[in-house]
Amino acid sequence: MAAVEKIIENRIDDKTTDSKALKWVGTRAPRPDGVDKVTGRAKFGADTHLPNMLIGKVLRSPHAHARILSIDPSAALALPGVKAVVTRDDFPDQPAGAVQPAGEMIINYRDMTRNIMAREKALYEGHAVAAVAAVSDRVAGQALTLIKVDYEVLPHVIDVDEAMGADAPLIQEDLITEGMDPAPEKPSNIAKRVEFGHGDIETGFSQAQVVIEREFKTRPVHQGYIEPHACLASFSEDGQADLWCSTQGHYVARGHCATLLGMDVSKLRVTSSEIGGGFGGKTVVYLEPVALALSRKACQPVKMVMTRDEVFRASGPACGTSMQVRIGATREGKITAGDATLKFQAGAFAGSPVPAAAMCAFAPYDLEHVRSVGYDVLVNRPKVAAYRAPGAPLGEYAVESVIDELAKALELDPIEFRLLNAVREGVDSSYGPKFGPIGCIQTLEAARDHDHYQTPLGSGQGRGVATGYWFNIGGQTSATLNLSEDGSVALVVGTPDIGGSRASLAMMTAETLGIELDKVRPLVGDTSALGYNMLTGGSRVTFAGGIAVVGAAEDLIRQLCERAALTWDLPLDDVEWIEGEARPANGRAGSEAPMSMAEIAKDMAKSGGPIVGRHSTNAQGAGPSFGTHVVDVDVDRETGRVSVTRYTVVQDAGKAIHPGYVEGQYQGGAVQGIGWALNEEYIYDEKGKIENAGFLDYRVPVCSDVPMIDTVIVEVPNPEHPYGVRGVGETPIVPPLAAISNAVENALGIRFTELPMSPPRVLAAIEQAG
Amino acid sequence: MRYEVPETVDAAVALLAAANGSARILAGGTDLLVQLRAGLVEPDVVVDIKKISQTRQVTAQDGGFRVGAAVTGAELDEHPDLKKNWPGVVEAAELIGSTQVQGRATMGGNLCNASPAADSVPALIAAAATCQIAGPDGERTVPVESICTGPGKTILGTGEFVVSLILPARPPHSGDAYLRFIPRTEMDIAVVGVGVSLTLDGAGQCIAARVGLGAVAATALLVTEAADALVGTAVDEGAVEKMQQAVRAACRPIDDKRGTIAYRTQVSGVLAGRACRIALERAGEH
Ligand SMILES: Cc1cc2nc3c(=O)[nH]c(=O)nc-3n(C[C@H](O)[C@H](O)[C@H](O)COP(=O)(O)OP(=O)(O)OC[C@H]3O[C@@H](n4cnc5c(N)ncnc54)[C@H](O)[C@@H]3O)c2cc1C
Repeated sequence: MAAVEKIIENRIDDKTTDSKALKWVGTRAPRPDGVDKVTGRAKFGADTHLPNMLIGKVLRSPHAHARILSIDPSAALALPGVKAVVTRDDFPDQPAGAVQPAGEMIINYRDMTRNIMAREKALYEGHAVAAVAAVSDRVAGQALTLIKVDYEVLPHVIDVDEAMGADAPLIQEDLITEGMDPAPEKPSNIAKRVEFGHGDIETGFSQAQVVIEREFKTRPVHQGYIEPHACLASFSEDGQADLWCSTQGHYVARGHCATLLGMDVSKLRVTSSEIGGGFGGKTVVYLEPVALALSRKACQPVKMVMTRDEVFRASGPACGTSMQVRIGATREGKITAGDATLKFQAGAFAGSPVPAAAMCAFAPYDLEHVRSVGYDVLVNRPKVAAYRAPGAPLGEYAVESVIDELAKALELDPIEFRLLNAVREGVDSSYGPKFGPIGCIQTLEAARDHDHYQTPLGSGQGRGVATGYWFNIGGQTSATLNLSEDGSVALVVGTPDIGGSRASLAMMTAETLGIELDKVRPLVGDTSALGYNMLTGGSRVTFAGGIAVVGAAEDLIRQLCERAALTWDLPLDDVEWIEGEARPANGRAGSEAPMSMAEIAKDMAKSGGPIVGRHSTNAQGAGPSFGTHVVDVDVDRETGRVSVTRYTVVQDAGKAIHPGYVEGQYQGGAVQGIGWALNEEYIYDEKGKIENAGFLDYRVPVCSDVPMIDTVIVEVPNPEHPYGVRGVGETPIVPPLAAISNAVENALGIRFTELPMSPPRVLAAIEQAG
Repeated sequence: MRYEVPETVDAAVALLAAANGSARILAGGTDLLVQLRAGLVEPDVVVDIKKISQTRQVTAQDGGFRVGAAVTGAELDEHPDLKKNWPGVVEAAELIGSTQVQGRATMGGNLCNASPAADSVPALIAAAATCQIAGPDGERTVPVESICTGPGKTILGTGEFVVSLILPARPPHSGDAYLRFIPRTEMDIAVVGVGVSLTLDGAGQCIAARVGLGAVAATALLVTEAADALVGTAVDEGAVEKMQQAVRAACRPIDDKRGTIAYRTQVSGVLAGRACRIALERAGEH
């Protein structure tokens, strides 16, 4: 009920709080992809078919760590119906140091080529070792059993603390830790050390009257998208290729594939499908280069679709961690120092998001003395992929747990304690830059004043709060508006639509042009349709895409005014664009009847030919977003089962272009956080093999596991965006881990320092506490 | 692979016997189709029993019920008399899967799939249900607790299948209940499942009890010691506690991804206590 009221409340807000009257921005318009999705017409990754299409399948390592002595595909190739086999030999090696930033992660092509197809060693169970293309799924499956691989099984390590130990098996034999001075002489599994902060930690702790220090451990989790990785590749004999795939960034996928296959980027065209969830996990390539290599060899199209088992064994995950946090405060509640050490599993290749985690860990707090150190550690697990606000939920889980304990020790309300120390505009962030306009305090105050926080708990229940932070990003973005002869426009963007971005980009376009929303048809173009586009990630699309479409709309308006000026024989300065039509302006106002977009479009051949609005930008000035979550839990003391009974997300959106989809992001992040906090974890056997590679035993929450997630949209506009947008997609997953852990502590008086808080762990802790 | 849809028990038996062990029965298919797709089973013949009318009916028999082996969970739920007499059995069957799965899943399939964690089985055991089995040598009747011999294994011989489940007549002052523990709220597999059935005399003394226990051993168990702890008592807290101890003592679980030995053992007692209290309340109402 509360949730429904909130939606209504937001609707009223939408109309009344805006100073400038907006027609589309801030409304809950129907999404342009909605009908296709509910009728099943929408095409996802596995839904594209071509004549003569082959089926590709991957042979995966059964070992967590093994040297590959030899691969013999001859028997598979001899099987009737098998058209191609690829192995490490089909991918050129990449030079060391071929590194490129992509979204929120760094791409190292030497590692990437080894991840998509094992070379010297198989580094995790499920690591691709060979692939076949055959006339049917059955033949391809049979062919896999005929490929002979000779392995020398090596000792493995999957725990981050063990991997950092002196005698741990080395995943990469020559890895020297970066970021250490002096550099270590001996190789280890520690790829990198990073440090952020300012002031002097020990000075800070010497000023504290209360200091709390805790160690935390979390397990890797999977992004849990419903749609498995899928693609269709078609290479022609002349070296040109097409690829259809489910991806968060088809331009980025194109670049990766072209590099891995050694071809010109422009010879490959990539079309992104509708996407059944990505959450960061579809910012990288797995099957795509393999399907292309198979297609190149077979000269036939090759379709590849992962099974759920493969998704779990070979894609994602987000890292597991081992963390220490120490925070000190005065008796009055002023934090004097914060210190965190974060050790993150990178998987088999360097590149965990530990730098981002270290940067975000203390971001909500205005601290004079702060330090966070991160270690990026290799283990025999799949290479981690981005997962919503990569790294941030983990560091903030540790910090926000200790903050909660401090509040309790100081007998302060946890929100008041946070308010005493919260960052505001003009403050130096814990990781460096000075904050511009931000909504940290506003979300804390809105949470404090919310009916949820004011409502007394039921008996035996507990309540927790936590605050979270994410930067958000901008980046390269292009948009085109093609004016049709009837005055309607096709909006072409290059960012796959994951969270309703076609709707919000079309709304900003219609708003800027001053036309009806249904005159804008938004489409995601293929990689040949537009200039470069960074992927959909970093909560960037409504921000950067918004700048691009508003720019394209302004470009279109300028040309429309030019055509009107030409028609009226007026100087351009005497024409203005108001409410979707050109009007004579200044001294000439009213001298001619206004010309609508449709009228200009009808005669565009006469006035100079086709009219196309374009804008390409490397968008800067993304607005960071803070969120505060409030959660109530009930704990069954006899079974250890934690139930979430009420949940409220408060977050700064800058400006909610489409409040419904902003709320959807808030709710989705909270739900994923609930799964992460309570049940999600990989279970490994002693050989380093995953035992729960499926949704039955890898437990994401089902609908009945979560209450209606209430939302409050705070709007502190981002001045760098035409409508004030900040990104909203990632911050919602940052606070839940700590908020739920704090709620469990509040209910039981037991501080959990390990995730997930699954029933057996909770019951054991209750029994231990007696 | 051949797909056959016999319309009589005899025709089904003939098809099964002829296939000589390489046939599978298809009821709702919610286990079988998953296993086929995963390549776990590769039968030559699939015999769909849903066109055999006996397997699809719930009929009154000797004061109790004869439930066709292929009656779905959703249909059980819509049978008011069955639900009134055996609420625990019906609620156990209803726990299987989701609304979609309920439209297909059957108790016959749940039992014959022989998963130690099958939800309806402990409730059927507590109910003293029996199976009517047809085969090349005619019919036989076997108690539910004797059907499974281990994970995926049953006593059913070549050519045999379960035609119906027989639920006995219910004396006055009887009640049953089934509870399972899963980490989620639905769409999950039981870590522990407990079915309890009680009959009281007019004065509230327990005169008969049965306790079925799932997911804590290779097959679902009938725990007579637990029942003995209740019979002759007023099912007071002391008796319930003894029953819980007997349940825990009967557990022979494995440590696996779904739960540790300690956890399963502890929670089996907790659920047994809770199920017993529900059964007692229901017995008091009838
Ligand atoms: C999404 C999902 C969720 C599920 N959740 C649960 C759950 O919560 N609890 C639970 O216990 N199970 C669950 N299951 C498993 C399954 O649904 C149940 O075991 C169901 O009762 C099986 O019935 P069925 O009619 O579909 O069996 P089928 O798949 O048709 O058959 C199962 C097995 O029994 C054999 N068989 C079937 N009928 C007979 C017969 N009359 N005589 C002899 N052999 C027979 C078949 O050959 C097969 O080997 C779930 C399955 C899915 C897919």
